[in-house]
Amino acid sequence: MAMTEEARAGTGQHGRITARERQRNPWLGQSVITGFAGAAIGYLLGHLFGNIIASNYAVVKASGVNNVSICLGLALGTLGWLAGLGAFNYAVAKILGYEPAKEEETTGWQRYFKMTLDHKVVGLQYLIAVLGFFFTAGLFAEAFRTELLSPYSHFIGPDVYLQLVSEHGTMMMMMATSLVVGPFGNYLVPLMIGARGMAFPRLEATSLWLFVAGYMVILTAPVYGGFNTGWTAYAPLQTEARGGMDSYLIGFGVVGLGMILNGFNQIVTITNLRAPGMRWTRLPIFVWAMLTTGFLLTLATPVLFVGAYLGVLDRTAQTSFYVNAHGGSSYLWENLFWFFGHPEVYIMALPGFGLVGEMLTVFSRKPLFAYKVAAAGMIGVALLSFFVWQHHLFQSGINPDMRPLFMLDTELISIPTGFIYLVGMGTLWRGRIRFTLPMMFSLAMYFNFLIGGITGVYLSDVPVNVTVHGSFFVLAHFHYTIMGGLVFAFFGAVYYYMPRVTGHMLNETLGKIHFWMMFVFFNLTFFPLLIVGFLGMPRRVFEYAPRLQGLNAFATVADYLLGLSFVVFVANFIWSMWIDPKPAPHNPWQSRGIEWQLPDPVPFHNFDRLPLILSDPYHYGEEDPLPVADFRGGGALAALAEAGVAPFDAYAGRPEIAHPASHISDPGREV
Amino acid sequence: MTATDGDRRDGGRADDPNRRHWRFLLLVVLVGTIIVEPLLWFVIRVHMPPGRQTTAAQGDQFDATVLTMMASPVVIAVLAYFTYAMVVWRHPKGAPLVDGPPIRSNLKVQASWLFMTSAIVMGAFVFGTYELIVPAGAGGGEGPSPIWTPTSKTILPVQVIGQQWQWTYRYPTYGGFETTQLVLPDNTWIAFHVTSLDVIHSFWAYQLGVKADANPQVDDVAFTKTQQTGKVTVRCDELCGIWHGAMYNYGYVVSRSSFNSWALRTEKRQAPLTKLLPPFSWTYSPSANGAGGGYYPSSIPFPSSESYGKGASGPEGNLPGVKVSHKGLSGGQ
Repeated sequence: MAMTEEARAGTGQHGRITARERQRNPWLGQSVITGFAGAAIGYLLGHLFGNIIASNYAVVKASGVNNVSICLGLALGTLGWLAGLGAFNYAVAKILGYEPAKEEETTGWQRYFKMTLDHKVVGLQYLIAVLGFFFTAGLFAEAFRTELLSPYSHFIGPDVYLQLVSEHGTMMMMMATSLVVGPFGNYLVPLMIGARGMAFPRLEATSLWLFVAGYMVILTAPVYGGFNTGWTAYAPLQTEARGGMDSYLIGFGVVGLGMILNGFNQIVTITNLRAPGMRWTRLPIFVWAMLTTGFLLTLATPVLFVGAYLGVLDRTAQTSFYVNAHGGSSYLWENLFWFFGHPEVYIMALPGFGLVGEMLTVFSRKPLFAYKVAAAGMIGVALLSFFVWQHHLFQSGINPDMRPLFMLDTELISIPTGFIYLVGMGTLWRGRIRFTLPMMFSLAMYFNFLIGGITGVYLSDVPVNVTVHGSFFVLAHFHYTIMGGLVFAFFGAVYYYMPRVTGHMLNETLGKIHFWMMFVFFNLTFFPLLIVGFLGMPRRVFEYAPRLQGLNAFATVADYLLGLSFVVFVANFIWSMWIDPKPAPHNPWQSRGIEWQLPDPVPFHNFDRLPLILSDPYHYGEEDPLPVADFRGGGALAALAEAGVAPFDAYAGRPEIAHPASHISDPGREV
Repeated sequence: MTATDGDRRDGGRADDPNRRHWRFLLLVVLVGTIIVEPLLWFVIRVHMPPGRQTTAAQGDQFDATVLTMMASPVVIAVLAYFTYAMVVWRHPKGAPLVDGPPIRSNLKVQASWLFMTSAIVMGAFVFGTYELIVPAGAGGGEGPSPIWTPTSKTILPVQVIGQQWQWTYRYPTYGGFETTQLVLPDNTWIAFHVTSLDVIHSFWAYQLGVKADANPQVDDVAFTKTQQTGKVTVRCDELCGIWHGAMYNYGYVVSRSSFNSWALRTEKRQAPLTKLLPPFSWTYSPSANGAGGGYYPSSIPFPSSESYGKGASGPEGNLPGVKVSHKGLSGGQ
């Protein structure tokens, strides 16, 4: 079942650094500095090739915009970025017949600026990257909400407004697909399943640096005039858009490639690297979330990639896949985009459900209620998510006879989604609920997602969809599900796992200020926008009916304060990590999860010996519960068997058999 | 660490804590539902968007109300449960940490949950399908071959043309004249034929409860029946470029006689300009040489003109002056 370390030969994780190596200047090797250099060289080469190829095209001469050079520049720039970071070193060395350089364990803060094969470092790198995406796109939102303070007076004007709206939407969607899978998926999955790393550490690192490349590519859009198509980029508006559209298409391609790699890696890791005893029924619920999300990423994202590729061809090679007038179909992009786009909604939702499931059990001191139902719900959501995409096209004029079917599918998906509430509510039932920060974020997620889910029913109903489709109602709905659901779960998990990841607790007072500001002002921002949409305000407009100014202004001011809540978070992070770091006690939340039983900090190999998993991590409330794992790989079990003690009895009430740190739930502990 | 003996009593005895919690929660949900449901039906319903100017709008309003009434008990139940849990099962600060009872599953609860959510979903589906089919597509764009059509003999076709960044309207039964103002007769079935000359737009006549995407070279048909006079706001609901936010105008639903006199008057006044327009067609394609105003009519015969309103070949006297024949759309040319 589990892949041996030898089978993952070439990961370089089994090397230990020597004293001589430790003295080497960490900046002499490949890092983001060489990455930037590679990106610059690649971009210039691509641009040059593009000019050589297409500068004589009639369309280039007429418009003065050479989409070929832009696309080639961005694509080769991305390749140069990866090459500069060293992503291809191993493969190139093997192809040329050299023995690849040993990739040793690295320490020090410089490792965060390098391509590393340590899943824990990649997880933390992902965390910083997704936060960079999130805050950048969030700043754009503050700017365009300012434009909507007044229906007629303009702060930034329609062009910049639409560019910001489009950048915001695109970046947030890129970010949200990796928000949990990137940092927490990569960091936690190996720990939770008892593995020493991801199955494909190079793909893992490559997916991260592709994600970072996507951030830079999408931010080149303003240099080329931006794009004003929104994140959906419907053709033929896409085809006629300015050069910034190339950044969108290449950017989504680059991030999409990273998503595919990440999803594939999650599937293979969870399927093959589970420690002995880690049966499917013992998987932590977060791992189930990562597995189902991995399948969605792997199966849905290629459709986006192909869609973007056809879009690039339309804009560069003058094909007409999406141009009706030349024999193409604007419906093609809509279908390709949403065939990816709706599973993407669940790529964003499922990880949040998994995280909250983990936190609820710990902070209500209860087993996860209806564990199998929770896993089945995630599988059901993942399967059904491929059959609902046309509900985005109810008013498009396509396939009217299919509308009842897509209405049914869309409403059916609320059944497995509802399992998450059954599981959450069942877990809370007669629990011992502790209002820690992670728990507060988890409970807030249930509140927000309830509104998001219920408003989704209006959108799935074809007659009501006539009124609410394409309006601010939709906008508020998906902010309730994605921000209210995923982002709240994410921040809960940040507070929950930071002691594990960094060894420091985040400041609780600042954290509570952050939570209450975020929760209150999130709702004050987006609930009025539900009403605004219902009252007839379309999305992405810079002018609107004067009667809606009050609600819009209210939402804008609330949005400023929502933005301020993230300033509090950043201040808390800086304060708690660097200014006044407080060492976290071991397993500060008294969790039974394997990831919390490991020493502080987590060893480079995670486990000196592969653990023997004995139970799922949710045995709260049981008398003499079985330890979750034997961290001596079954050695302790064998020793007891030799002594004539039945294995099950041996573990009962003997947590010291497992890792010493696995002693949990001290009844005398003051909290 | 462990559950107390009392916690472990999961049977059906009177002092069972499970039963006590259930009773209280059910009572809260019942009382909340009894208060909220009549409020929604008798007070909120009439204020629900988008009003009652057309059958489609009234249908949307009714549907939104029914969905809200279906959703309300669910929302009340979930909110009541979480509030109750946070208050009653809160771990006292400073108290020794103990675990809750090890309840891993409950088949009765799980089966009931599955049954209830499935029933709600199937109810919503059957209701939504009925409300989609019976009022002729509920005002949504049905594409060039609509399958849910009115049976009325008097259907006024109005072509809606989206272009960056304005809406224009052609009245094929009045010689195909084109205006920038939407005027409709009261108490009449309207067939909106929505198309675009450039990118995708979306025709959203808010008070009419009509929304249909305007795709280039596509005839997207939506039906509704007007039933109140008044002003109509038309907006573009699909991002179509820089001035998307400014792509709106207003229309009016007027009495039949007012409409007829307006249409005949406009047809006559616009006749010289109508000659310069491309001949009426359900869709238009860009013309490379700029002939016919830059567009030429598509030569593809669209079935939409023949696939609905079969009874429309009857006497025209039902609507004074409004030509209802769908076969003779070119007759005005």
